[in-house]
Amino acid sequence: MIRVEHLTKHYGPRVAVADVTFHVEKGEILGFLGPNGAGKTTTMRMLTGYLPPTSGRAEVNGFDVVHQSLKARGSIGYLPEAVPMHPEMSVRSYLDYLGKLTGVRNRRAAVNLAMEKARIEHRAKDQIGKLSKGLRQRVGIAQALLGDPPVLIMDEPTSGLDPKQIIDTRNLIKSLQSDHTVVLSTHILPEVAATCSRVVIIANGRVVAEDTPENLDRRLKGAESLLVAVRGKPENVVAALRRVPKVLKVEPSGERTRGQTADVHAFSVECAVHADVRESIAQAVVQGGWGLLEMRQAQMNLEEIFLQLTREGGSPS
Amino acid sequence: MKNAYVVAERELKSFFISPLAYVVIALFLAMSGLLFGLIVQQSREASLRGLFSNVSVLFLFIVPAITMRLLAEEQRSGTIEVLLTHPVQEWEIVLGKYLASLGLLLAILVLTLVFPAFLYAWGNPDTGPIVSGYVGVFLQAAAFMAVGLWASSMTQNQIIAAVVTFGLLLILWLSDSLGQVVGGTVGAILSYLSVLNHFSDFPRGVINLKDVVFYLSIVAGGLVLSTLMIQARRLR
Repeated sequence: MIRVEHLTKHYGPRVAVADVTFHVEKGEILGFLGPNGAGKTTTMRMLTGYLPPTSGRAEVNGFDVVHQSLKARGSIGYLPEAVPMHPEMSVRSYLDYLGKLTGVRNRRAAVNLAMEKARIEHRAKDQIGKLSKGLRQRVGIAQALLGDPPVLIMDEPTSGLDPKQIIDTRNLIKSLQSDHTVVLSTHILPEVAATCSRVVIIANGRVVAEDTPENLDRRLKGAESLLVAVRGKPENVVAALRRVPKVLKVEPSGERTRGQTADVHAFSVECAVHADVRESIAQAVVQGGWGLLEMRQAQMNLEEIFLQLTREGGSPS
Repeated sequence: MKNAYVVAERELKSFFISPLAYVVIALFLAMSGLLFGLIVQQSREASLRGLFSNVSVLFLFIVPAITMRLLAEEQRSGTIEVLLTHPVQEWEIVLGKYLASLGLLLAILVLTLVFPAFLYAWGNPDTGPIVSGYVGVFLQAAAFMAVGLWASSMTQNQIIAAVVTFGLLLILWLSDSLGQVVGGTVGAILSYLSVLNHFSDFPRGVINLKDVVFYLSIVAGGLVLSTLMIQARRLR
């Protein structure tokens, strides 16, 4: 559905996007993950035909975004990052206007449907300029959904929404998966795990990793790690834990545990892959006469993956 | 082409939602009404000749106010990105914006028909010069609008667009005098560019093809340059 080959964009001497290649198949939700200024927006703007690439090519729905720009643009529903809109227009008249530009058939029904999906229909008559940030974001989502385009490109779709709206929006995006292809960008890591079937991580304009959220997680996890909170003298606890078989490393952890007092300390315990050392650790703590207050699997989250990847491959070239 | 109408329609509606259109129209009618009254009272003539020449000065001031936001505002607020990621071409946007400004111009001119109506009610004016005068005023203002649109395409700042428009129009306005001072070939070119020289025959009842061509060339030039500006902005 979307093919991006060696896409590159220079702003004068500055390289914003360098040699980015990825494919998105129909029915996929691709998460575009990267810190601010990584080149996410620039890549999306090239996909939507707003910016011409310096080199490389991109195809959306079978149309080249440069040479068949109008057709490519006609297949895309786009939510720009800043959600620019005409403040003096009402929600309905704005969507109606864009519907005319896209040439949406059965426009009134299409506008109603888009507003319903984005849950903004109760504010249809309100002036856009008087809406809150979250409501404007929903108008932007309605704008992207208008006319049911096969490809959706959304630049930070949940920015400015409250937690409930974020969940609603994620569910909405997931529900579109079956008959749409979605590319969304975010710098919020849980969003990718919650919504996307595949992740492209971009830093300094380069793709540093591309995989499913689960695989990325696995790939980077050389060792399992546990968080253990114990009441007792920390030096003794560390020494005892280190003696447990298959434990590779014990370090004091910065994490806090519930009801933490001065004599309670949290430790991060790394052990060999697939070795379940939980029982042995519990035993060691009890034998030492300390109190075991908490023990849980400390999963390496996307945040850590991300930091690690951008440290590895993200140095400016 | 259909998209140009869609853009024009939205723009016109926005004109009339904002107070700017009403302020501009009110100001224009007040000023031209005053001039009409003074001129007719002094000349005792059932003619709009004096008014037409003065009205074209008024456009020098109100055209920048009308055109400044056309493209500058879309670029500042980023709505141009929305437009250009829809299946719309740059020239359609430019033409749409221009048609909207012409729409407002027509609305203003229709409202001024009250002046000839007075003349017909209480006098016996010559219809020919009135019609040709209106044609001239329309063509000149249409050319001004195209200059303003171009200025608006060059910046995100409405004030800059307005000031640049006013400056360019003033140059077109004064270029005859400038040409006489400079002399030679350059002077001749400057004199040719004078909107004053090309306007003067219309209120006398004469429509010269060369004058019509002159104004239409400015319109075409303004539209083409604006389209190029919008295209060039994407190439940064």
